[in-house]
Amino acid sequence: MAVPLGYAVLSGFKSTDQLSRNPIGLPDPWVTSNYTDILGSGSFWQLVGSSTLIAAGTTVVVVAVSALAAFSFARFAFRGREMLFTLFTMGLMFPFAVAALPLFLLLRSMHLLDNPLGVILPQAAFGLPMTIVVLRGFFREIPAELEEAATLDGCGPLTFFWRILLPMARPALGTVSVLAVVGSWNNFLLPLLVFNEPTWWTIPIGVQQFQGQYSAEYARVFAYLVLAMVPALAFYSVAERQLVGGLAAGATKG
Amino acid sequence: MTSTFLPDKRSGPDVGPPPPSPGSSRSRTRRRARHWLTAVGFQVPALVLFGTLVLLPMLFALYASFFRWGGFGMPDDYIGGDNFTRLFQDPVFLGDLWRCLLLVGLSLVLQLPFALALAVALNQKIRGRAVYRMLFFAPYILSEAITGVLFSMIFAPDDGLADHVLGAIGLDGVGGQWFADPSTVMATLFLVMTWKYFGFHMMLYLAGLQSIPAELTEAALIDGAGPWQRFRNVTLPLLAPTLRISVFLSVIGSIQLFDLVWVVTAGGPDHHSETMAVTMFQYGFKRYQVGYASAISVAMFGISLVFALAYQRFVLRRDLQGATTTMRGGGA
Repeated sequence: MAVPLGYAVLSGFKSTDQLSRNPIGLPDPWVTSNYTDILGSGSFWQLVGSSTLIAAGTTVVVVAVSALAAFSFARFAFRGREMLFTLFTMGLMFPFAVAALPLFLLLRSMHLLDNPLGVILPQAAFGLPMTIVVLRGFFREIPAELEEAATLDGCGPLTFFWRILLPMARPALGTVSVLAVVGSWNNFLLPLLVFNEPTWWTIPIGVQQFQGQYSAEYARVFAYLVLAMVPALAFYSVAERQLVGGLAAGATKG
Repeated sequence: MTSTFLPDKRSGPDVGPPPPSPGSSRSRTRRRARHWLTAVGFQVPALVLFGTLVLLPMLFALYASFFRWGGFGMPDDYIGGDNFTRLFQDPVFLGDLWRCLLLVGLSLVLQLPFALALAVALNQKIRGRAVYRMLFFAPYILSEAITGVLFSMIFAPDDGLADHVLGAIGLDGVGGQWFADPSTVMATLFLVMTWKYFGFHMMLYLAGLQSIPAELTEAALIDGAGPWQRFRNVTLPLLAPTLRISVFLSVIGSIQLFDLVWVVTAGGPDHHSETMAVTMFQYGFKRYQVGYASAISVAMFGISLVFALAYQRFVLRRDLQGATTTMRGGGA
């Protein structure tokens, strides 16, 4: 399991020449220039910055919008509720690839190509079903007595939502945020369609382009891959609990 | 369900108009209307986002699938169901269906049992199991693009790690072309998919295993059941809901596979690793046959939907009834 990863790390410390003579053993001598060159160039940091901005934007939008909708689904009885909820849950089955073409045309007509919003908004939209389902389940578990008490104290729905429900739901919000960040970070097809210019390229796009550009310099590509993995793996080691808990919750409830 | 924001405690969801009560009926209707507006008001941002960027494109794909259309201007050359007739005579698309079945079959027969075995092993108290968990799950965090590039280099003909390892243990010439050979490309892709996804399924199983009360296995132990019997008769039935979800996700994932294939082979050599999504992308974005590509999209959605509905109707339904399956109490 770890072999491919370890192999990539070690290969990054070789020169391409060394890699072809000595593909399996330890680097001799250790070459650090592959890594330092990439870290020293602005383009790699641009990818990191762009991926971060897009992930953050997507997460804020999808969590905020889903929380409002999930609140309404969980705490109100109103005509058409079940129908609306079914509509959103059906979204769990919509493969993104199906909508890719018309979505591209729509974004083009809205002049959102080569614009980070062109990735953030569709990602948030496709993230809604899962986020709403998880949050709704959580919001339902908050006891009605709490709501009654708040209402007696003069809380309107919005105040209750903002002052009481959201702070109480922090663990669930954490889980869905982590899922949204990972989903956005790894998305490939949408940024590929939306970003023609390299200005906003995200890490997955950058990796693919880099491989195309330096296809003969294996060691460099390995170093690039390793550096591209670092943010995701670092994030994972911090957010592991939230992520795994969220996957289990999402899978049993979705 | 219970909410003090209800105007009337007796009115559940979706009840008809309130019974006419003389005198107060008008103000009551108004109050109900205001309540409805408040409730739906919270939905508006979600509806706008979902409607414009998910539903509208989906419906438009359906519409465009009835036209011969290159993607510029509005579609105007209506050809009825011709795109669909063509689809089911297209050897590439029929190949896509076959490859999809192949991936589903391989996943169910190889990948999921492997994930289950590891989950059972990691559920024991062994040293360093937290580290193993991290390690096995880590590939799932990496994007398919990164995974794809990594493995396209590991399986590079002649220079890659795979060929060197085989050479080192005296199996020269066993590997060879990997992704470039029509006869090995799918097997190699499946290997990469397994590397990337089995950790996800393993984590699901671990979560499921941990919700099985220990008393049950202990009771079976006291009754003299061996390890296999305990697994077969206690663990497996109690894990069934988790297994059904994992099978569902695995099948849907196989139907929609795109990123990995696109990065590694782009469907080649000669369509031998193409998936439905890749074919759609080829026609839609490379060959500008947008109408036909939309028909592929619609077919993909149809297949996902039919599978999902049938699965929910015939398989998942069982999770809602029967004592053994409801015992594991909802997770999260």
